[in-house]
Amino acid sequence: MKSFLSIRNLSVRLKNGSPILRSVSLDVAAGQVHGLVGESGAGKSMIGKAVLGTLPRALSVSGGEIWLDGTDLMSLPPAERRRRIGATAALIPQDPLTALNPSKRIGPQITRRLVDILGWSKQDAQDRALELLGEVHIPDPARVMRNYPHELSGGMRQRILIASAFAAEPRLIIADEPTTALDVTVQKQILRLIADMQTRHGTALLFVTHDLGVVSKVCDTLSVLYAGKVVEEARMHRFFMRPIHPYSAALLAATPTYTDPTGSLTPVSQEVIDGVEAEVAQHDARRAR
Amino acid sequence: MMYQIKDLHLSLPDMTRKPLLGPAPRIEILKGLTFDVPKGAVLGIVGGSGSGKSTLGRAMLRLLEPTAGEVVFDGQTITHLSENALRPLRRRFQMIFQDPMSSLNPRRRVGGIIAGPLHLHGFDGVPGRVAEALDMVGLPRHFSRRYPHELSGGQRQRVGIARAIALQPDFILADEIVSGLDVSSQAQVLNLLGELVRDLGLTLAFISHDLSVIRRLCNRVVVLHQGVIVEEAETARLFDAPKARYTQELLQAIPLPDPFQKWL
Repeated sequence: MKSFLSIRNLSVRLKNGSPILRSVSLDVAAGQVHGLVGESGAGKSMIGKAVLGTLPRALSVSGGEIWLDGTDLMSLPPAERRRRIGATAALIPQDPLTALNPSKRIGPQITRRLVDILGWSKQDAQDRALELLGEVHIPDPARVMRNYPHELSGGMRQRILIASAFAAEPRLIIADEPTTALDVTVQKQILRLIADMQTRHGTALLFVTHDLGVVSKVCDTLSVLYAGKVVEEARMHRFFMRPIHPYSAALLAATPTYTDPTGSLTPVSQEVIDGVEAEVAQHDARRAR
Repeated sequence: MMYQIKDLHLSLPDMTRKPLLGPAPRIEILKGLTFDVPKGAVLGIVGGSGSGKSTLGRAMLRLLEPTAGEVVFDGQTITHLSENALRPLRRRFQMIFQDPMSSLNPRRRVGGIIAGPLHLHGFDGVPGRVAEALDMVGLPRHFSRRYPHELSGGQRQRVGIARAIALQPDFILADEIVSGLDVSSQAQVLNLLGELVRDLGLTLAFISHDLSVIRRLCNRVVVLHQGVIVEEAETARLFDAPKARYTQELLQAIPLPDPFQKWL
């Protein structure tokens, strides 16, 4: 299968030189969902940000390639790169309250991108927004378009961001912990919705999460990150049946499940951490040579 | 009984609907809750956001005053006690907060943070007690010289636990204390809490939205939904045969790390 997004040896560094991502490679094909998992600070969100060109100012890409639909983004001049990303990729952010402008109504927040960046007519954009809000099961879309973000619940706001992400028919969506702020019952609806939309539109989806339970429900493949390094890349079933890397196995053992009350929770052991730290150090030493 | 809660009602002013002049209308958060917390129990309080679980916890510790009903702590009714009358009792019920970054003073060192309440309640031998508390939560003693920002999330949460147990309380309320942690630190903090409850004979109420965490730690569970207890049961019974529809919904909504679970 040809991959729509292909990241090759991507390295990201802080301005002072300390590595944030260490030669990350991964592939996402159209219609596939690739999960990025790891603990906080492992760099999983940074991969998404590097692809979208929205890395924080203190960080920069120091090496590697990001192939999007057959073009290496890193080889393009910045303006062209931004145009291409804007036309093909979209983000579903984690926190729907900070992602929406509190002083603007919902409607213009969805249509603006279509009108300003993609040059649609106002009427077309309006129609498309209404249609999408219907698609994400928002009751009375015409009213919601006139609402302000604070008038809606967290679940509703996240639906709006999903609608907004799919608005311009992007071929790649990066979902950065899209359900972390939501209740489990709402999370289930939202994940079902993202999966539905993704299948229907044939979008490639890069799904950032720390929840292995969620990964097992939505992803086809996944990468496990530690300190900005991919320690294991796997197909979803194989990963949960037979995790290969000790760190992956340790993460699974530390995850509580309500179906297994007896087994004691095992934190990631020092031995495993030492092992994976040594791999990271080895990688850095190889790069330094 | 550590706690007896009888027909507890609590309403708060709804500031989003406050007219320019005049009082804000009140919303009823807790709508008549009745349950007991036996001594030595580890009670899980579970529910969705807005179900009233944090408000219930705060009413139990009298950080909020109930509108109606009764809160009885170790045989003593504390529902409407004045702050002065409450003060000597406060040592006996302690709280650990969700977000250790905002519940630990960033300008004080860990030692000072743990010592603060000890001084307040007139303990002697404070430095020794601080060191002991750090030992109990598995932090090295020299951490008392550090500031909260120098610690990891899991370590900060241990400081919160140390501050609570240093006062030798009878009851601790833990409000979503692992929801901000990675699974590995979460496992450590849960194991630690379990050990402390056993070793110190604590009674614990553990507020969480995560039923998997509740199952590992608690022996009784209260399920809240929109300010009402929809189910109260022993943990094993609740998970094996949930009766309330809302409990069933909650359980079915949890994605297990198992690729064969039918879910979406």
